[in-house]
Amino acid sequence: MSADHFAGLRADLAFIAHWVAPGSRVLDLGCGDGAMLDYLQVDKHCTGYGVEIDDAKIPRCIQRGVSVIQQDLEAGLAMFVDGAFDSVLCLSALQMMRNVEGILRDISRVGAEAIVSFPNFAHWPHRVALLRGRMPVSESLPYDWYDTPNLRCATIRDFEELAQEVGLEVLECVALKDDGTPVTFLPNWRGSLAVFRLRKKTPA
Amino acid sequence: MKPIGVVSPKSMHFSQALPLQSGASLADYTLVYETYGQLNADHSNAVLVCHALNASHHVAGYYEGQPKSLGWWDNMVGPGKALDTDRFFVIGVNNLGSCFGSTGPMHTNPATGKPYGADFPVVTVEDWVHAQARLADALGISRFAAIMGGSLGGMQAMAWSMLYPTRVGHCLVIASTPKLSAQNIAFNDVARQAILTDPDYHAGDFYAHGVVPRNGLRVARMIGHITYLSDDDMAEKFGRDLRTGEYQFGYGIDFEIESYLRYQGDKFSEYFDANTYLLITKALDYFDPARQFNGDLALALAGTQAQFLVVSFSTDWRFAPERSREIVQALVQNNRKISYAEIDAPHGHDAFLLEDPRYMAVVRTYYEKVWQHIDGSLTTERKAAA
Repeated sequence: MSADHFAGLRADLAFIAHWVAPGSRVLDLGCGDGAMLDYLQVDKHCTGYGVEIDDAKIPRCIQRGVSVIQQDLEAGLAMFVDGAFDSVLCLSALQMMRNVEGILRDISRVGAEAIVSFPNFAHWPHRVALLRGRMPVSESLPYDWYDTPNLRCATIRDFEELAQEVGLEVLECVALKDDGTPVTFLPNWRGSLAVFRLRKKTPA
Repeated sequence: MKPIGVVSPKSMHFSQALPLQSGASLADYTLVYETYGQLNADHSNAVLVCHALNASHHVAGYYEGQPKSLGWWDNMVGPGKALDTDRFFVIGVNNLGSCFGSTGPMHTNPATGKPYGADFPVVTVEDWVHAQARLADALGISRFAAIMGGSLGGMQAMAWSMLYPTRVGHCLVIASTPKLSAQNIAFNDVARQAILTDPDYHAGDFYAHGVVPRNGLRVARMIGHITYLSDDDMAEKFGRDLRTGEYQFGYGIDFEIESYLRYQGDKFSEYFDANTYLLITKALDYFDPARQFNGDLALALAGTQAQFLVVSFSTDWRFAPERSREIVQALVQNNRKISYAEIDAPHGHDAFLLEDPRYMAVVRTYYEKVWQHIDGSLTTERKAAA
């Protein structure tokens, strides 16, 4: 890793990056400022595209040399043909979407594998907040209930079910702590970020 | 930001005949052009800026003694601007058939000794590109760092990437389309009919009659102008505002929008050539690079080698974002490096000529990246990835 550029790669991204095979064709949905693709391109010789809606992030992607397509994910992935990518990343974006099922079906259409992450609503401090009668506000869910961009609250167990339904097989599921390190014991309690590695189910 | 200051046009004559897509050819011709900035030692910093329907080679700066004669993309091109002339050698070239200096309908047809008029051969976007390529040859530019254009200019940039793939490093296609829709062609034909049916048109030979088909040009410009603005923009600028505050119950000017459009039409008819207008709208209509590939744009772009930036504007209904997305999709299918920005601007098609911080930031950042390749400040890892 060229430390000058990537010392700052967020811990959760660094963990997720190790699941992407070198040289893969990658689609990063909700790619933000392009940090992940930048790292994958430069250090793992991947190629691909980012999709991002935020005006402010587009020049930052361009500045990093990341091919970025400005688009609302709710509009779907019609831009991309079936099986165009080895790996589709959808990192901390799914919870903001209205049509979660639709985008997951599209992900399984355009990619062979997918890596999906979202804040784990079953993280223990969230459970405690709910027991005390309040919606959780935490590092992974830093918003009040009335101004949150997160439309969907899901737990690790919930997501497994939906993934199965849209034709994705769970290869790995890891819960990360706020510092980006994986949790092995009681992940649905102790992990704040749920990360799934998925593969398109082969027809039986 | 210091202004680019005084500029002056140059011209170059070409005596080798130019074969045209129609089968006709131009025996010889002159191209008028302007340059800004300095060509570097290895000729790697040249950027070609292609103009749209109403514009010319005069991209930036102003002419001696005419401080109001600002170039049409002066907000984009200049020292320290998004396309920075302190770094890049920028060329604006007037296309064949235009009325701003390059050989066009009002020039003498060597075959007859009279102005070409309507006999000036219909030229296409591709013909323009071939002519521009000869100018590039003459200026010693074998490969452009970038070719950029908005609207019809974007079509030229695209055509360059297909016709001369090895000569284009980056292709910037702004507010453009891979082909005109039926509606676009319909508007163009209304404009053409306005000119063709003006009694002063004289089958294109109005120069000999000492008149100008002014009414036709006015209407053509008015209809064109409507398609450049968005409904919201017009509502905002003019609404239903009345000139005098009262209905006049006649056919003069009641509404401000009428006044505005008539003023635009009048102004246009003073300086624009009717034959040029016909010609350029035809070039627009004919542009359809996918046509020879059964409508498959991805196939048409398969031979390109450039990296692309495509920009569209949300309220542009002339060349709507959907049209730009077709280009993006075709490039993605070819695994090209491509970035696409869809700017949520209220100004319709005209937005590509206007100052918008998001738009400018995208173009500026893109050129900064292009520049890093030229001046060698990219690390080797990043070069490999790019």
